[in-house]
Amino acid sequence: MPKTIDIDVHHVTRIEGHGNIRIQAVDGKVNKVEWQVPEAPRFFEAMLRGRSWQEVQTVVSRICGICSFAHSLAAIKAVESALGIEISEQTDRLRMLAFGGEQLESHILHIGYLVAPDLVGVSSVVSLVKSHPEVVAAVIRAHRLGNEWMELLGGRRTHPVSFRPGGFGKLPKESELKELTGRLEQIVPDLSLIAQTVAALASRLPAFDRPTEYVALVEPGVYTFYHGMIGSTDAPERLPVDRFEQVANEYLSPQSTAKWTRWHRDSYAVGALARFNLNHSHLHPLATRTGTMLGLKPPCCNPYMNSVAQVVEAVEVVEAGMEQIDALLTCGIKSEAPRKPKLQAGSGVGAVEAPRGTLFHKYAFDGNGICTTANICIPTNQNHANIQKDFEAMLPIVIDRDETEIRLLLEMLVRAYDPCVSCSTH
Amino acid sequence: MAKPRVAIFDFACCEGCQLQIINMEEAILDLLNVVQPVEWREAISDHSDEYDIALVEGSITRPEDEERLKDIRRRAKILVALGACATTGGVNKLKNHINSDELKRCVYGAAAAMPHLDTSPTRSLREIVKVDVEVHGCPMSTREFVNVVRCLATGTTPVTPNYPVCVECKMRETICRYEYNEVCLGIITRAGCDAPCPAGGQWCFGCRGLVDDPNVNAANDIMAKYGRTADDLRRRMELFNSTEARPCPRQ
Repeated sequence: MPKTIDIDVHHVTRIEGHGNIRIQAVDGKVNKVEWQVPEAPRFFEAMLRGRSWQEVQTVVSRICGICSFAHSLAAIKAVESALGIEISEQTDRLRMLAFGGEQLESHILHIGYLVAPDLVGVSSVVSLVKSHPEVVAAVIRAHRLGNEWMELLGGRRTHPVSFRPGGFGKLPKESELKELTGRLEQIVPDLSLIAQTVAALASRLPAFDRPTEYVALVEPGVYTFYHGMIGSTDAPERLPVDRFEQVANEYLSPQSTAKWTRWHRDSYAVGALARFNLNHSHLHPLATRTGTMLGLKPPCCNPYMNSVAQVVEAVEVVEAGMEQIDALLTCGIKSEAPRKPKLQAGSGVGAVEAPRGTLFHKYAFDGNGICTTANICIPTNQNHANIQKDFEAMLPIVIDRDETEIRLLLEMLVRAYDPCVSCSTH
Repeated sequence: MAKPRVAIFDFACCEGCQLQIINMEEAILDLLNVVQPVEWREAISDHSDEYDIALVEGSITRPEDEERLKDIRRRAKILVALGACATTGGVNKLKNHINSDELKRCVYGAAAAMPHLDTSPTRSLREIVKVDVEVHGCPMSTREFVNVVRCLATGTTPVTPNYPVCVECKMRETICRYEYNEVCLGIITRAGCDAPCPAGGQWCFGCRGLVDDPNVNAANDIMAKYGRTADDLRRRMELFNSTEARPCPRQ
């Protein structure tokens, strides 16, 4: 029977920020399929003009509460590049270590609080407290550890204060790092329980494959979140991060206050699944085994599997974190003040893999270190068009299903990307 | 006694203050024993227009958001502003110094004329509606938030410190940022955060707003002692206390 559907999800729940799903079909003919982004624009790139190089990371951290470490670190890398500040190996290692905490915290938040209710068929984690108490307790412990890990290195859990251009305002003690590595070891059983639970519920994830372009930072021999060049599954060549504008090709759609992007196709995707597809061979052993146990095989082009890739990455950052602490303790933590720049006019780019995907910051400064222009391209900016294309590909496949089911499938699809919508409307 | 129905809403912000609620970790379970969340878009899929307490994060930057806030105010018995964007306007107020056409051109370039990008000057919640309780900070502190909920659930009034951050640095034995030749706003900023920024190796940004009656004479003494001027302070204040640092031009 020809189908008439009218789906209007005004603000998808259990995601960061405001996004709408609008679907209309009359007599089986689809008239409208839209992923809409009505978030209030905040104009950070304009507000940064006139701010000092010392303040940039503090301002841009406020783009996103959930990935504030990513923004601070990308900004600091851009500032250091623009002003010619060389950092020590210790600073570099401590930042990479700190960033692992944010990946763990953010991924666990997404899997445990935002996605898990869909896998069980309830409206929120509140119901899971009764139905799955042990797993919820493990989720909370892993989330807490991510937060305390971030606090140790960044000075606090959200909007870090210890990261400064040139180094650290406050360094962790060796004893604190030793304690952290012990706690990382202890969290492994909790992560295994979370992974086993996701594996048992993974049949609830729709089998929907749509080949697309996946983009992530790539670095030889490393499952990188912090260094590297821009890689794509569509092209063999790697681009230096300062050419990110040629990758993103940002444009504006009337259905969104956030910019969208495209590279080799109409859309591309960033995030855990993109990183897994490009860098899976460099995962640590337990993360590799977790991926196998979860049935995640590269190349995977089912967007719902992004949440599964996050489970693998939660294990990866714990293994990599322990290795990083080992290296730091072998050298010993040396007391060093942040290195100062010789102020000069210049511009620089910083890129990191935020939990949700590749994040680019670019700044220019005048000779007094005052910011003259800023350009920031956020993971969710780079995923919006891909979400739209997924909607368009999926709707004809599911149109004969019940309207409530279609709505849920689309909501789950949006959630799978772990979008940071207010972040993308920075 | 029925548990108070609580709804959480957000406007222009980073949603980092809502994250501080999730950051209560195990204590969230205790929270659920005293309040009933009926709407919280970021974390639960339930929806309700009937609530006793509205917790509101973010600043107001569009006419449609102003109407939504007024509607929330009409429905809620108690309205709590969460975090700097809601209590002072936060960093969002930096844009009030820039003409709105210039803002749009700077960020959106050729697409700037598209009507859905329109924006109005940033306002805090209390510039639009009556706010019953303010939880300061960027982000707000989880500890302070828990205290506010405890007070609301037991019918008492939460007390916000009205002394400067310097007091908390002294309690923590944190070395003064002025000793590092930095300009710190702790001397005039409302305490209550436990001064994590100076302890973490940064100056105080003033995210909690000013104390009611800043000790200007003492601040001047510190400026003189360290060879700084009131302008240095004003410039720092722009980030989170934009209006006090530099009155906003008409748009």
